[in-house]
Amino acid sequence: MTVTSKGPLCPERQMSPRPYDVAVVGAGVVGTAIARELARHPHLHIALLEASADVGDGTSKANTAILHTGFDAVPGSLEARLVREGQRLLAAYAAESGIPVEPVGALLVAWDDAQLDALPGLLEKAGRNGYDAARIIGADETRAREPHLGPGVLGALDVPGESIICPWTTTLAYATQAVRSGVELHLNTRVETVSSEGGDHLLATSRGALRARFLVNAAGLNADVLDRLVLGAGDFTVTPRRGQLIVFDELARDLVRHILLPVPTALGKGVLVAPTVYGNVLLGPTAEDLDDKEATGTTADGLDGLLTKGRRILPALLDEEVTAVYAGLRAATEHDDYRIRCHKERRYVTVGGIRSTGLTASMAIAAHVAGLIAEADAGLDLEEPVEPAPVHMPNLGEAFPRPYQRADLIATDPAYGTIVCHCERVTRGEIRDALISTVPPASLEGLRRRTRARGGRCQGFYCGAAVRALHEGRGEWGPE
Amino acid sequence: MTRRQRSVDVIVVGAGPAGLAAARGLADHGVGVVEVLEREAVAGGVPRHCHHRGFGRWGVTGPQYAARTVEAALGSGARVRTGVTATGWAGPLTLDTTGPHGLERIAARAVVLATGARERPRSARLVPGTRPAGVLTTGELQQAVHLHAQRVGTRAVVVGAEPVGYAALSALRRAGVTVAALTTEEPRHQLGRAWAAAARLGHGVPVLTGATVAELLGRGRVSGVRLRHRDGRLTTVDCDTVVFTGDFVPDHELARRGGVALDPGTRGPAVDGAFRTGADGVFAVGNVLHAVEPALWAAREGALAADAVRGFLDGSGPARGGPAIEVAAPLRWVAPNRAVPQVPVDAFVLRTSQALTRPVLVVTQDGRRLHRQYVPRRALPNRTLHLAGRWTRSVDATGGPVRITVGGPRGGNLGAATE
Ligand SMILES: Cc1cc2nc3c(=O)[nH]c(=O)nc-3n(C[C@H](O)[C@H](O)[C@H](O)COP(=O)(O)OP(=O)(O)OC[C@H]3O[C@@H](n4cnc5c(N)ncnc54)[C@H](O)[C@@H]3O)c2cc1C
Ligand SMILES: Cc1cc2nc3c(=O)[nH]c(=O)nc-3n(C[C@H](O)[C@H](O)[C@H](O)COP(=O)(O)OP(=O)(O)OC[C@H]3O[C@@H](n4cnc5c(N)ncnc54)[C@H](O)[C@@H]3O)c2cc1C
Repeated sequence: MTVTSKGPLCPERQMSPRPYDVAVVGAGVVGTAIARELARHPHLHIALLEASADVGDGTSKANTAILHTGFDAVPGSLEARLVREGQRLLAAYAAESGIPVEPVGALLVAWDDAQLDALPGLLEKAGRNGYDAARIIGADETRAREPHLGPGVLGALDVPGESIICPWTTTLAYATQAVRSGVELHLNTRVETVSSEGGDHLLATSRGALRARFLVNAAGLNADVLDRLVLGAGDFTVTPRRGQLIVFDELARDLVRHILLPVPTALGKGVLVAPTVYGNVLLGPTAEDLDDKEATGTTADGLDGLLTKGRRILPALLDEEVTAVYAGLRAATEHDDYRIRCHKERRYVTVGGIRSTGLTASMAIAAHVAGLIAEADAGLDLEEPVEPAPVHMPNLGEAFPRPYQRADLIATDPAYGTIVCHCERVTRGEIRDALISTVPPASLEGLRRRTRARGGRCQGFYCGAAVRALHEGRGEWGPE
Repeated sequence: MTRRQRSVDVIVVGAGPAGLAAARGLADHGVGVVEVLEREAVAGGVPRHCHHRGFGRWGVTGPQYAARTVEAALGSGARVRTGVTATGWAGPLTLDTTGPHGLERIAARAVVLATGARERPRSARLVPGTRPAGVLTTGELQQAVHLHAQRVGTRAVVVGAEPVGYAALSALRRAGVTVAALTTEEPRHQLGRAWAAAARLGHGVPVLTGATVAELLGRGRVSGVRLRHRDGRLTTVDCDTVVFTGDFVPDHELARRGGVALDPGTRGPAVDGAFRTGADGVFAVGNVLHAVEPALWAAREGALAADAVRGFLDGSGPARGGPAIEVAAPLRWVAPNRAVPQVPVDAFVLRTSQALTRPVLVVTQDGRRLHRQYVPRRALPNRTLHLAGRWTRSVDATGGPVRITVGGPRGGNLGAATE
């Protein structure tokens, strides 16, 4: 198993290392899913290259964590198809890998006549997307199903198939399975230039050069930049669309039962209120078109706007404590669909414009990309995939037993009975396991995404120093 | 899922000054098995990591104070079990716990909640900006420096000028961190006497009043804070560490999960003068009631609550009920916040949201004046304000809510007293 994060990619002694069959650039949820999919062909020598020190450190860590049905996609689009298929694939994969998913269902709540009038159109669109379980419900039923909604509810579109999921575990499960199946994951590896040599791609990275026969661009917000590096031109430009979110404390969880989606109208798209699998409640996101691909900060105006909207939807929410505020950037483009293109002659696939549904669609995108590669390069021989050994991820979800609740686990190892992070009830055993896992965290933030440690209402007042001590002392538990 | 089932006489949740004092008061009087549950590996509560002086009657350091209170509780015969978290309720007086020895379900005849308080972190204060490392609260800072000897940074901005700010300055000094500025939204700092000590400790620290943190800057590690001043001006202070101090909130999770009603002002359990919550047999003491008071005050409440718990156990306690006590702006909250005529209260704690110069506190019920008290000094936001408690005897147990207002010198409503 190979995960590297420092030093030259190609040690000097080894003058001509074996070129990779495929290099995937970007270890977000999309890139890791593709690497995992390709790893089903054990003969392939695959590299997964990530500029950041951890997987899932870009947009994939900061979204609203919904496993969509695709009921509201643009009918007939590639996105509509991949979301629909991806939802099915990921739901099944989650069940076997221990990725927490809760099928809570969604309600698109109408607060004014324009929104109410938009519901039949949405219902019809859902039908065209092959989703038949939606229906329109009246104000009384809406209120009965969500008793804490603010005044003025007129009705809702009920979409029972929408679920909430853990985005962190999803990316990590893909990465773990990919690495265990032989993919070489190189972190802190930014691809800087790409040239071609004897038909192969020659990649210059922040950690030295690397050669690959086939190249997959899953660079998220930078997919357009990489496209220009490889092709000299691109057919789309990424305009980051920022989404700011507020996370409320777990004590707010009882206030909401479904994902409360806004009804999109000509006047704009509202914000959602949704539970998380960790037992929190999300409020957001905003939608701001920016030109800075690193503008993941929150703003006073953004947060104020969210609170104003949140107060209308679920007034009692505003009395609860806030545990986190964050922002993610959607890789929006000038096109109304994903930009997945295979440049057969260049042995290159671009996976661009994976805007606001990439988590859901990830496995279907990966299968689609594998299909494109198989077609483009018969030499790679993607005929007979084998099933990788299943992974079983540590559970971060509240709907399933957590280690601190499991007498059986604590009996085998008291570390699972030693709670370190009190707000999120994370045990020493879980922190240790994360630190010695296949894809270990590079930072406290990475540790939080693997365990929830330090992610609760106190944000480290109680446990911050203790968690840091465990992280810094990780050598105690195994190789660094 | 197997839980070991046990019963004891009294469970105290939290081995801070309040819980330990309650346990000691109970065990000293031979109240059967008194068991204190403490989720940290070491008992003592917050004082464990406050290395400055100023604890208890003699002003010892926090760790010294913590050690003494733990010893006193153990000496009385109370059990103190560390590393054990009360995770939830299995019945009105039955708690589920997790510890390295497994899961338990412990039934008791009474439960005392002494779970303390914490500071609001940056996120809860809705401070915009990036999410860099190097942003902490005083509690985390103190533990990093004093319990784990971790490196903190080189140049810090301390936000908030409540008395706890001086604890942050002291820990930063110990860690060899330069303090670039101490900022507060208030028109003046409120360090009071503590400030004198702080000024000595952090010699030459600029205090920026009327300044709000408008944005945190930096990726990876914090690189500075943008401050908005009262006149709207924005300035930037470079730093690699930001400490958010004060803005305490009770750690009320366990209370809420048990359906214990909260007071809307304190956000801690609503209690009467006998520290009885709305749930029969469940008591609450210390900073979970009123974030945040000195350790000695928390310990005194623990001792008083021990008497009340004994009264409850032998059936000699006064009847429950009694009207709620409410405050009017600019007062923020009062604790205790339920008045029972037969339960004497020696003092109430209050907070104001504005500075008040020599205010007069007026207590009424259904238009009837119960008490009027002149406060011979300035009352500052985030600082303790006390009100005598003798008047509770004249409360009508079946009447409407008791109201505390700030009156003018002649008993009018809110006079020139505010500034
Ligand atoms: C606010 C918000 C809410 C959302 N809600 C949902 C939702 O509810 N459900 C859903 O399904 N989807 C949702 N999404 C969308 C989803 O998060 C994205 O579609 C998905 O994360 C995209 O994954 P990715 O792998 O393409 O991009 P990323 O996660 O950004 O990964 C790209 C990676 O490429 C790396 N990289 C870039 N350039 C280089 C280079 N030159 N060299 C090496 N590495 C490089 C980056 O460091 C990054 O890690 C939401 C998005 C946002 C912003
Ligand atoms: C930075 C700082 C500086 C201070 N300086 C001074 C000073 O100089 N002088 C002074 O007099 N006071 C000072 N104080 C105040 C003093 O520390 C508090 O008044 C005192 O600690 C309050 O005691 P407590 O028992 O109510 O709560 P805490 O001391 O907070 O103790 C609560 C305990 O309950 C435990 N607990 C909580 N939930 C559970 C659970 N579910 N299961 C098991 N255990 C649980 C916690 O781990 C904790 O140990 C300071 C406070 C701070 C934060």
